[in-house]
Amino acid sequence: MKPAPFEYIAPTTVEEALGHLTEHGYDAKVLAGGQSLIPMMNFRLAQPAVLVDLNKLAELSFIRSDKDGELRIGAMTRHYQVEHDDLVAEHAPLIHEAMPKIATPQIRSRGTFGGSIAHADPAAELTAICVALDGRFRCLSERGERWVPAKEFFLGMFTSALEPDEILVEIAIPPRAPRTGWALEEAVRRAIDFALVGVSAVVTLDAQDRCERARLVFLSVGDGPVETVKATEMLVGKEITPDLIRAAAEAVTAELDPSADIHASVKYRLHLARVLARRALEKAFARAAAPGTQAA
Amino acid sequence: MMAKLIGKRITRNEDPRLLTGQALFVDDVELPGMLHAAFLRSEYAHARLKGIDLSAALERPGVVAAFTAEDMGDDWSPGPPLVIPPPTIEDVEFYTRTQVPLVKDKVRHAGEPLAIVIAESRYIAEDALDDIVVDLEPLDVVTNIERALDPDSPLVHDDLESNIAAHLVQEKGDYAAIREGADKVIKRRIVIERGAAGAMENRGIVASWDIKQQQLTVWDTTQSPIPIRNGLASMFGLSEYQVRVIAPFVGGAFGPKIMMFYPEEVLLTWSTLKMGSPIKWIEDRRENFYATTQERGQVHEVELALTSDGRILGLRDDFLHDTGAYDPYGLTIPLNTQCHVLGPYEIPNFSSDLKVVFTNKTLTTPVRGAGRPQGVYVIERMLDIAARELGIDRVEIRKRNYLPNDVFPYDNVIIDQAFESFIIDSGDYLPAMEKALEMISYEKFTQEEQPKLREEGRRVGIGVVSFIETTGVGPYEGARVTIESSGKISVATGVGTQGQGHFTSFAQIVAERLGVDVRDVHLVTGDTAQFHWGTGTFASRGAVVAANAVNAAALIVRGKVLELASEALETPEEELEIEDGVVRVAKIPTRYISLGDLAQRSNPLRGAVEPGTEPGLEGTAYFGPKYGATAFGTHAMIVEVDPETMIVEIKRYIIVEDCGTILNPLIVEGQLHGGVALGIGNSFYEKLVFDDNGQLLNASFADYLIPTAAEIPTIEIAHQVTPSPLNPLGSKGVGEAGAIPVPALFAQAVENALDVEGLEILESPLSPQRLFELFHGEEKDA
Amino acid sequence: MSKAMDVTVTVNGEVYQKTIEPRLLLSDFIRHELNLSGTHVGCEQGVCGACTILFDGMPVRSCLMLAVQADGHEIRTVEDLGTMENLHPLQEAFQETHALQCGFCTSGFLMSILPVLEETTDLSEEDLKRALEGNLCRCTGYQHIRDAVQLAAEKMSSGGES
Repeated sequence: MKPAPFEYIAPTTVEEALGHLTEHGYDAKVLAGGQSLIPMMNFRLAQPAVLVDLNKLAELSFIRSDKDGELRIGAMTRHYQVEHDDLVAEHAPLIHEAMPKIATPQIRSRGTFGGSIAHADPAAELTAICVALDGRFRCLSERGERWVPAKEFFLGMFTSALEPDEILVEIAIPPRAPRTGWALEEAVRRAIDFALVGVSAVVTLDAQDRCERARLVFLSVGDGPVETVKATEMLVGKEITPDLIRAAAEAVTAELDPSADIHASVKYRLHLARVLARRALEKAFARAAAPGTQAA
Repeated sequence: MMAKLIGKRITRNEDPRLLTGQALFVDDVELPGMLHAAFLRSEYAHARLKGIDLSAALERPGVVAAFTAEDMGDDWSPGPPLVIPPPTIEDVEFYTRTQVPLVKDKVRHAGEPLAIVIAESRYIAEDALDDIVVDLEPLDVVTNIERALDPDSPLVHDDLESNIAAHLVQEKGDYAAIREGADKVIKRRIVIERGAAGAMENRGIVASWDIKQQQLTVWDTTQSPIPIRNGLASMFGLSEYQVRVIAPFVGGAFGPKIMMFYPEEVLLTWSTLKMGSPIKWIEDRRENFYATTQERGQVHEVELALTSDGRILGLRDDFLHDTGAYDPYGLTIPLNTQCHVLGPYEIPNFSSDLKVVFTNKTLTTPVRGAGRPQGVYVIERMLDIAARELGIDRVEIRKRNYLPNDVFPYDNVIIDQAFESFIIDSGDYLPAMEKALEMISYEKFTQEEQPKLREEGRRVGIGVVSFIETTGVGPYEGARVTIESSGKISVATGVGTQGQGHFTSFAQIVAERLGVDVRDVHLVTGDTAQFHWGTGTFASRGAVVAANAVNAAALIVRGKVLELASEALETPEEELEIEDGVVRVAKIPTRYISLGDLAQRSNPLRGAVEPGTEPGLEGTAYFGPKYGATAFGTHAMIVEVDPETMIVEIKRYIIVEDCGTILNPLIVEGQLHGGVALGIGNSFYEKLVFDDNGQLLNASFADYLIPTAAEIPTIEIAHQVTPSPLNPLGSKGVGEAGAIPVPALFAQAVENALDVEGLEILESPLSPQRLFELFHGEEKDA
Repeated sequence: MSKAMDVTVTVNGEVYQKTIEPRLLLSDFIRHELNLSGTHVGCEQGVCGACTILFDGMPVRSCLMLAVQADGHEIRTVEDLGTMENLHPLQEAFQETHALQCGFCTSGFLMSILPVLEETTDLSEEDLKRALEGNLCRCTGYQHIRDAVQLAAEKMSSGGES
């Protein structure tokens, strides 16, 4: 399976890259890690006329945090760098936990944090996680810069809010509030597979051990990450008990509309969603309640 | 004292080359002026071909040629069938319909090749495929083997009255009569679905016609280079000596690489003969899912009649076997199924009505197991159900039905894949079962551990199944052993090697017989210029048939060595021994002559070679067993099922295997591990999913789930040795043994784990989705 | 048609300069432009891992990279690991434990395992998982490969690399 011919450009600055995208518009596709795009090109499912390779843009590869604990990750940062980074482990333990679950080590050598997000695969962990963490994405074009909140970024299957002349350059993850717990639960067939269903949970307890905030964001249940708001509303302001968690988990199915595929039916997916939601909430609340959840 | 090498755990001769990237695989062949081929394949599973326009493709720069069926003229013809029932078998309805080199009238499965493009690179060839304009008129598709028998079903072959490719009834005793007197009759329907072999190396061919030398050389990932050579020679009017087929290192085969003749083998050869350039075609992974054969699809209606104490009175197994769009492999797979449903058990009355059915899917030829797993699945499931309904322990019911040791050779009356009476040469089933039970601590688990775990809400289960495996069938293989003047030994045999370690296991035999280091034995397999009599590597026969030929040839050479050495050392043969590469007088070790010197002596540059003798120290021998040796064993497994997600984890896996005399335990273990891994894939991860239009929905490694290291447990193995009386080495095959009982074992263990009253698993493969439905009593999702 | 481009790549310590089409996959470049056929191609979709090589020291799927992307970078393939007469301890371990049968997936495994062992020979469960999870094998059932990794770790911790 060999790709169709294309024009190849490897700009050395972001400005250059943006210029090419402005010029070619829909004819151009951005090449980041290539771990999703190149297989599609090999299958000839994608046949871009122009490929703009971002791999020479060293300025887009970084991991920083500011004094408040907000995390900034450059879009071209490789997955393996995020996986082994101490700042990420400290400020976004949910991301840290997710990284080894993404594909395989070889994919993570090359695949990029921003690339995975921009690809907008509903089965990708990072899409759901960025929504759960209130992530924001900096999108750059020759027309200027804009920050798009994660929950407005994923418009459909493999469709993000990026315009053809825009590049995702940076991801910002807000600081973690004290007494915040997290979890990522997935049901997978083989260890390396995309999840049949997955859910990321981020919860915060107040000083009285009541739930101040709870978010459940699912992956592999629709065209993009899906947050079940009503189910988690049930938890806010309440003291967390196993029965309450169970009730919230049961309630998620009312907000989910998954499709069937060869691996799972709608019924089975909804069942998994309930099970995984319960497990994720249990784990997240346990972590929130554990002493010292400020630090990693 | 001569080292005993047969049976030793010797590391492999071929590894250094493979480990350092110095081994030749077909895609490594680079020839000057070599061109590259790609095939245009039908997107439709069933369609009438109205026309193909190659003109735009031919105009593309870099494209050298393109051909359709029409361009082949009189050279176009359906392939020769590989296995047809001989006329001696009565009452067999059989319709030979074989695959075609390029579609001429209609497409019968998705992926069937419509045209070949030959270009300067594979990249350009693929570009040119998009240039070709094809006019296909879609027809109604038939994919389900039961619906294929409906009177109004679309017909895969228009010249036949139905989609029945074959119909055969096999009987033993009188099932109908015995059924009347049975205390218990159990009836079930069992459905088994297709899987792929999934070798890591896809198929590939390089065909090169040298006009000046009038020589055709073909590198092919085939399991049977000699029949390919003979067939290509015949097909294209060449002498067999003009054709050389080389199967170099092959990256796994597992069955489908023995299918012949694939359209690509015919087209590459035809094209090179026409064009005079070497041409290469390497299958890509997407093609592999359509263009390489598959196996396992069957639907069984089974009935088991027993006494109240669990003794089998009779078995009736009527089933349909899916052959896909063509049936070049005849009845091989379903005959295997029929034989293996009898298992290691005494079944005095048996009836099996078999229908082979055409469907609009990729054709079916053997994949590791070749119909045996299905037979084992059927009988083992029926015994489990019988055990439950009769209130007998499942191990006990098997023990009560094992063939006793004094019945061998045991004639099962019905015919096997070789069209001979299915005879089991030897067996000793009880100890294998006992050993497996001991290794898995069956009693302790079922009496103590399992009840405790169940109380905790955990769904843990245990499975134990027995099985037989027919191996080592004829017709024959051959080998030639030569001692060279350097003292090194060279061996040639006709079988190919796709990872089975022949370069080592056969070398061990020769090394032992000729007293040399195993590293000094150089083997060639799979090159018709080196050896051109034989069939190939399939049906777990290498270690039996080829190994015995190697053994016989080595013994011939040993005889010549002793005779010549006796003369040279002026000592009677009985007083000589061969060791460390020399022949010496046993009592006077300083009197010796090296094998190399003997070889030189035997091939004089002056003097005379007596009439009736041969120069050199060389021997050629052939071995053809009377019938196949039957290996057997017991597998046991403990699994845990997450009751919420239905994900299954294998906690322990035990094999007790009896494959007769073992040539190299390291290699046997490897074969068993690999077989089980494929079996686990067959059981829980791998299923080829076709939609109603005959489209394969998971034609890629992303969705066709081959197990990774995380899914395969550590396997504990014990060996039992019941030598086969059918060959001098006493060996039986083991290549498929790992894969054969796994689906049956999985079903039993998972059923046991789920522990739900009335839940019966009667299908394979399973999946978390399917377990969810079974567990909750849900309808099967379409 | 796309313009041919010049690439300069260091492979196994040697510098190569070639003129190629941008769509040429790195796997094909290594195998057919450089004639280093030890790296094998199994799927061209990044799943099987047979094509794994080291790119600037990191294990990557060469079928998911374009050769032009290797311009100015360093690649290591299996040919750099050892020779038939002088096997790397990891290769020795594979032979001793019978961790290969057909050998087609082997170079991909070797190049995936090597960086893990070069990082640590005191392997945790996670390390072992990391070393093996990205490669498919259809022949061995993985058990002997697991044994090989353990054995190689022992060899490399005591004797260092050969």
